[in-house]
Amino acid sequence: MRLPDKTCGLEEAIARIKDGATIMVGGFGVPGTPFALIRELVRQGQRGLTVIKNDANERGLGIDHLLAKGQVARLVTTHIGLNSRAVEMMNAGELEVEFNAQGILAERVRAGGAGLAAILTDIGLDTELANGKQRVEIGGRTALVETALRADVALIHADRSDVFGNLGYVATARNFNPLMAMAADLVIAEAEAVVPLGGLVPDAVQTPGPFVDHVVGLPALSEEYAVVRR
Amino acid sequence: MVARAAREIEPGMVVNLGIGLPTQVVDHLPGDFPVCLHTENGLTGIGPTLPPEAADRNLIDAGGAYVSTIPGSAFFDSAVSFALVRSGRLDLTMLGAFEVAQTGDLANWKIPGRFSPGAGGGIELAQKARRIVVLTSHTDRAGNPKLKAACSLPVTARGCVARVFTDMAVIDLGPGGFALRELAEGVGLAEVTQATGAPLACPEGEIPRF
Repeated sequence: MRLPDKTCGLEEAIARIKDGATIMVGGFGVPGTPFALIRELVRQGQRGLTVIKNDANERGLGIDHLLAKGQVARLVTTHIGLNSRAVEMMNAGELEVEFNAQGILAERVRAGGAGLAAILTDIGLDTELANGKQRVEIGGRTALVETALRADVALIHADRSDVFGNLGYVATARNFNPLMAMAADLVIAEAEAVVPLGGLVPDAVQTPGPFVDHVVGLPALSEEYAVVRR
Repeated sequence: MVARAAREIEPGMVVNLGIGLPTQVVDHLPGDFPVCLHTENGLTGIGPTLPPEAADRNLIDAGGAYVSTIPGSAFFDSAVSFALVRSGRLDLTMLGAFEVAQTGDLANWKIPGRFSPGAGGGIELAQKARRIVVLTSHTDRAGNPKLKAACSLPVTARGCVARVFTDMAVIDLGPGGFALRELAEGVGLAEVTQATGAPLACPEGEIPRF
C-alpha cells in the first residue's frame, strides 16, 4: 500500500476558493501566517469573504492585503490592535468584526474540528462578549454556549509536510494552525519543506495527513516571513 | 514600581506577564531565579528578548517581541496554551489596567469610541489565573484616578484583582476595598489618598517604603 500524493500548485489550490467563502487562516502575528497562500488569494481576488484569524496581522502584511482590497466582509478574531487599517475599517462600518476571547476562539475551532456542536464556558460571562449568547445552568453554575466554528477553507502554514499532508510546525508558528487544519471542508497547507513519504517520523507528525487536502510547497520565502524590524 | 512588582514572583511559579509594563518585570529577576514564564501564543520557558539580528522569525511572545528559549522550554498550540490558563495552572498574571474598582473589577481592554482592538487573551488571564496583580500608573494622563469605586469602562473580569502596583503605592484589594500596603519613596500619604478615587484604608504605624 502507498499513501496518495496531495501536492498541488499554488494557483490551482487557491482557485478552489469561491466568493463568499468562510476561511480560517493560521498564524499569530508573523509566525505561522500562510503569506504565500494569502498573496495568491489577493491576486485571484475572491470577494465577500469571512475570515477567521487570531489577529489582522500588521498593516502591509498578510491578511491586511485582503482588507486593503476590500475582499473581506467579516472578520472573526481576538485582537486587531496592531493593524490600524482593520481598526479604521471596523470603526467606519466597512468591516464587520466579531471579537472572541483568544482561548475560546481556539476551542470553538477545535470543537468544529472535532465534530462537536458547541462548548460551554464561563469565560467572558461578566463582559459584553456574552451579549446575545445562550446561557445554560450546568452543575449549579452558569455557562455560555459558544458555538463550534467550521470553515469552507483553512489556509495553513507548516514548517514541513510529506506529500500526503502529514504536517509539522515549528516554535510559536504552531498557534492556531493544527486546530484550523481540522476544522474546514477544504484544507490547503503551505510548507517550507515538502518531503517524500517516510520523510517524517510518525511520532513527529502534528497534523495527520487525512485532515489535509492540498500541499503547496514553498520554493522560497517572501520578505513577509522575515523578522519584522520595527 | 517594576522592581517592586518583580518581588511578587515566588520561586517555582508559572507566570504570565501582560503586554506593556509587566513585560519589563523580567529584567528585575536574577538570572538563575526558578520561574516558568508563559506566553499565550504557545511557549512556556521564555528566554531573553533578542534584537532583530539575533531573532528567530518563528519565535515571538504574545506582544510580538522576539524572544528565545531556555533549557526546558516547550511549544504548544493555542488550545493547549489556554487550557493551561483556564485549568488553574497559571499561578500569577501581571496585567495593565485602564481602571481598577474597589471590588477588584478590572477594565483593560476597551475605551468605547476610542480604543477597541479586542481583548485577545486578557479575559481568560484575568478570570482564571490564581492570582491577578495589576501594574499601572496611579492616575491617567489627565491626572484622573485609575483606582475607582466602580469601573466606568467595559470590564475584563469582575472581582479578579488582588493587588495593584503603581508609581505611588502598593495597594491590596479585599472585602473592605482598597488597602494601602506600601508607599513609593518620596510619596506622601495625603497625595496617594487624593489620587485614589475610592476610600483607601491605611495601616497603623509607619508605612513601608519601596
